Amino acid sequence: MELIVIPIIAGLIAAWSGKLSKWIAFGGSLVALAFILIKTQTFNPDGGFQFVFDKPWFSAGMHFHTAIDGLSLVLLLLTNILVPVIILSSFGQKNANATLFALVVGMQGALNGVFMSMDGLMFYIFWELALIPVYFICALWGEGDAFKTTIRFFVYTFIGSLAMLASLIYLYSKTPDPSSFSYAALVSVKLSVKEAIWVGAGLLLAFAVKIPLLPLHGWQPETYTQAPATGSMLLSAIMLKMGLYGLIRWFLPLVPEAVHFYQPIIISAGVIGVLYGAFIAIRQNDMKKVVAYSSLSHVGLIAAGFGVISYTGLQGGVIQMFSHGVNVAGLFLAISIIERRALTRNLDALGGIAKQSKVFAALFLIMVLASTAVPFTNGFPGELLLLKSLFEYKVVWGVLAGITIILCAVYMLRMYQFSMLGEETGGKYLFRPLDWHETTALVVLVGLALFFGIFPQYILDISGPSIKKLMELIADTAEVVS
Amino acid sequence: MDTLILILFIPLAGFLISGLLGSRLPEKVTGWISSSAILVSFVLSLITFNKIAATGAAIKVKLFTFLSVANLHVDFAIQADRLTAIMMLVITGIGFLIHVYSISYMHGDKGFYKFFAYLNLFVFNMLVLVMGSNFLMLFFGWEGVGLCSYLLIGFWYTNVDYGKAARKAFIMNRIGDLGLLLGIFLIVWQTQSLDYDIVLKKFMSGEVAGSITTAICILLFIGAMGKSAQIPLFTWLPDAMAGPTPVSALIHAATMVTAGVYLVVRCNIMYNMAPDARALILYVGLATSLLAALIGLKQNDIKKVLAYSTVSQLGLMFIALGVGAYTAAMFHLITHAFFKALLFLGSGSVIHAMGGEQDIRKMGGLKSAMPITYWTFLIGTLAISGMPLLSGFFSKDEILAGIFTQNKLVWGLTVASAFLTAFYMFRVFMVTFLGGFRGTEEQKHHLHESPALITFPLIVLAVLSLFGGVINLPSFLGEANAHKLKHFLEPITGESELQAHHLDHSTEFILIGITVAGFLLALVLTYTKYIKGKAIPEDDAAIVGSGKVLSNKFYVDEAYDATVVAAVNSTGQALNVVDKGIFSGVMSWVSSFVSRLSDLYGRMQNGHVQYYLLYMVVGLLFILAINYIKTLWN
Repeated sequence: MELIVIPIIAGLIAAWSGKLSKWIAFGGSLVALAFILIKTQTFNPDGGFQFVFDKPWFSAGMHFHTAIDGLSLVLLLLTNILVPVIILSSFGQKNANATLFALVVGMQGALNGVFMSMDGLMFYIFWELALIPVYFICALWGEGDAFKTTIRFFVYTFIGSLAMLASLIYLYSKTPDPSSFSYAALVSVKLSVKEAIWVGAGLLLAFAVKIPLLPLHGWQPETYTQAPATGSMLLSAIMLKMGLYGLIRWFLPLVPEAVHFYQPIIISAGVIGVLYGAFIAIRQNDMKKVVAYSSLSHVGLIAAGFGVISYTGLQGGVIQMFSHGVNVAGLFLAISIIERRALTRNLDALGGIAKQSKVFAALFLIMVLASTAVPFTNGFPGELLLLKSLFEYKVVWGVLAGITIILCAVYMLRMYQFSMLGEETGGKYLFRPLDWHETTALVVLVGLALFFGIFPQYILDISGPSIKKLMELIADTAEVVS
Repeated sequence: MDTLILILFIPLAGFLISGLLGSRLPEKVTGWISSSAILVSFVLSLITFNKIAATGAAIKVKLFTFLSVANLHVDFAIQADRLTAIMMLVITGIGFLIHVYSISYMHGDKGFYKFFAYLNLFVFNMLVLVMGSNFLMLFFGWEGVGLCSYLLIGFWYTNVDYGKAARKAFIMNRIGDLGLLLGIFLIVWQTQSLDYDIVLKKFMSGEVAGSITTAICILLFIGAMGKSAQIPLFTWLPDAMAGPTPVSALIHAATMVTAGVYLVVRCNIMYNMAPDARALILYVGLATSLLAALIGLKQNDIKKVLAYSTVSQLGLMFIALGVGAYTAAMFHLITHAFFKALLFLGSGSVIHAMGGEQDIRKMGGLKSAMPITYWTFLIGTLAISGMPLLSGFFSKDEILAGIFTQNKLVWGLTVASAFLTAFYMFRVFMVTFLGGFRGTEEQKHHLHESPALITFPLIVLAVLSLFGGVINLPSFLGEANAHKLKHFLEPITGESELQAHHLDHSTEFILIGITVAGFLLALVLTYTKYIKGKAIPEDDAAIVGSGKVLSNKFYVDEAYDATVVAAVNSTGQALNVVDKGIFSGVMSWVSSFVSRLSDLYGRMQNGHVQYYLLYMVVGLLFILAINYIKTLWN
């Protein structure tokens, strides 16, 4: 409850406080972070849903119902750690004003709502609420055709959301009297396989657009590229996790009857996305596009691992959601740092930055290596578990997806070399030292990347029991059907 | 605290100190801090070695649980058994000498502190590789040394070609790593564990099917191909010479590239159950050994010759593994580490004196100006060429004897490879050090022997190259001191060491006679050509025919560029076009459709009641029509 309210209030204050707004937004986001860190101390991984808040809302069937289990907690930690970092890194954003900071911190509240909702309709409301700030951020602070691109993005996600709403309402109508949108009630609805396939289609459409899963990724590359760094970071680091989270929190438990139908679809879409994104990333000139397509590749692997529905795949996906969030935020931040100085992010116009800024070169390199899943960085444990789960599901999927460890090295090191190494090409520019807020943000992300690369079990222990419960929820029904 | 932990983490501490503080410390301080970190590790390794030699029991330390999900339980745990103890001594011992050498060699370089930080990090990762007590720890080290290799090959990062060479090394290694990773997945799948002890026990008890054992052995070997530069993944190693010479000596000759050999010896129990996988290793090793030796004949860059020589010698070690002569492979790994590190460091001393020149055609007659480098390089050359009683002679002899009992043809080809080795090594030695000087006047003026920090490691390594053979003397020199290494390694390889290659002494003498004859023939041929004939290798343009093929390295790089690299690039390009056209295209169509629809809808709300009436009628008709169709349908 507080996690939703604090950031939104901070956002409202920040919107009217002019020059102070960035500090108010930053402060608000930190308070929320402190809050979740305190909760983490008392959180019991084996205790199921905790910190429950449940009050009727609007009508008897819909509740304001929030609770936190291990899966939620991991995503809440991700959100509340990253938003302050993103706000900090936005201090250097061109034309940043009170509205921007208000929107970012407000979004933190909405995202927290998404990851804590235990009520279908409430989940839908926060799902939509979280989108509004990012539309504005992309449309108002974006570059080039940002407005048009944002409309596309809006259309895509809106169609998906409506389909999800339809599915949720259908499930609601099937709940026993008195009808309820509560998670427990929706989960316990028994559907025929055919019904489940239709209901599942609605949910999957919403989630697959957001992840994005091939072939619904069309909105992604342009949106990431034209959005301001703040928007790219919010979208790729946190928002797309809404789709992945939805996949395991809502889709799988709500329509387990259709799991056998959707499993091969999700896995093949995921693995094809892994290779598709990687191959395209190799040929990009715009650094943001390299990262955009690499992100497509990485989340494809997470979705595929979720699709296996094994403990290894789900746990691997959970830790990879966290790691990918940290790493992609770090990469977009590094790119924006370069762009603010070189006024371009095209690889053919860059080079030789390492000569001018050794500290930045080292920090950026660690983010690149973490994305390449080098051991002792946070990219490794997740990739290891996800590939292992696919390998155990079907060897050929594991091998195909495994090619990513080669291709990822190709495009990531290419990007690093052409931007940082060699001599300066094109116009010489002075790469001025990093501002304190840039350094702080980047150091925090690098620290996270290394810490969870060495101690991944910390996250796995938080989510483990919840994932086991989730699997029981799916398995019970899936067995009845088959 | 346990000694093993100190051995492992002191180099890491060195990395942190030189990496974080090095830019503010004077060169000498950084260099000596890093070097002493490795020295401390070496001394502690010696103590550990003695302990293990005395008791024979492995020491194990568990630090924390890295990861535990389902059947994958991985501890961050280290161990030292007899095999590891040997590797630890090689890594830290030679590592220390090369650190000391680098203090002088890298003097004045802008990235001095970075260089030492990377070297320390490398030693740490290499130690993780050999000290890990499970396959995932090995994988950590495996990728870690690959990363350090990448960083050090591209150390002079402003040079674009060096950067390319670094990326090539990393990516080719990653191809191998994928094989290794899949092998690891198969091992967990079959044995529910990654711990060496448990896994190997399960294999010994026959719980794993033969075909799967073969698959695992081949997948692990694919990893070894990448790291140890075997066909087809060998082309990165010659390019890796872009790195500073101490790096070539430490990483690309003495330690990292031998990780593949270590892996196979570590898993010898599995490989003994997989004769098909061993046959693959044998023939890949043989082909690599011959191909690289042939290419080495025509290279004129002193470091390139040594690089191909390393590829060839690694091939020789894999031949030994292929016939199950595990001790012989380890023996050659050790002696090769001595003389190849010596040769690389010697070439560095030469390059230094020549002001950066690496082309042997522009050297000559360095003997008088650089006596210590000359003598030590000569010892290295003789050792690698198999001069009787030097270290390389004994280890090669051990391998050849092992091969002879298994396969006479392979034996013959290996002898041929050894002959080629002797030939190109004498060629390099003579063209570089003997005859008259062919450099510029300025170079001649600056010619000098290197300082003590460089010559000291050369002398130590020369002594080791001379007498290194004593660790595993053949039995015909007296049974009392014979086969020490073999006895030492018995707990690891004892079960699997093939008993068959016990030759009687007369056969062994004949075999030795033939190899010594090859050595002498190479000496005579090169002497007549390069000393008496005063020949200098011709210009690149003048090389024709088969020589051109060799000098161009059999066009392997070009073939890879035309096939694999081109395929990846064009796939990327094609998908890029598809993505722009189809996905973005379709999407903009969808969004413009929606916005047109909303325009239309907006225009419909025009406030005229008669229009609304019209819409109502049309709507009604529409509903009726649908109902009508529905009834028809039913």
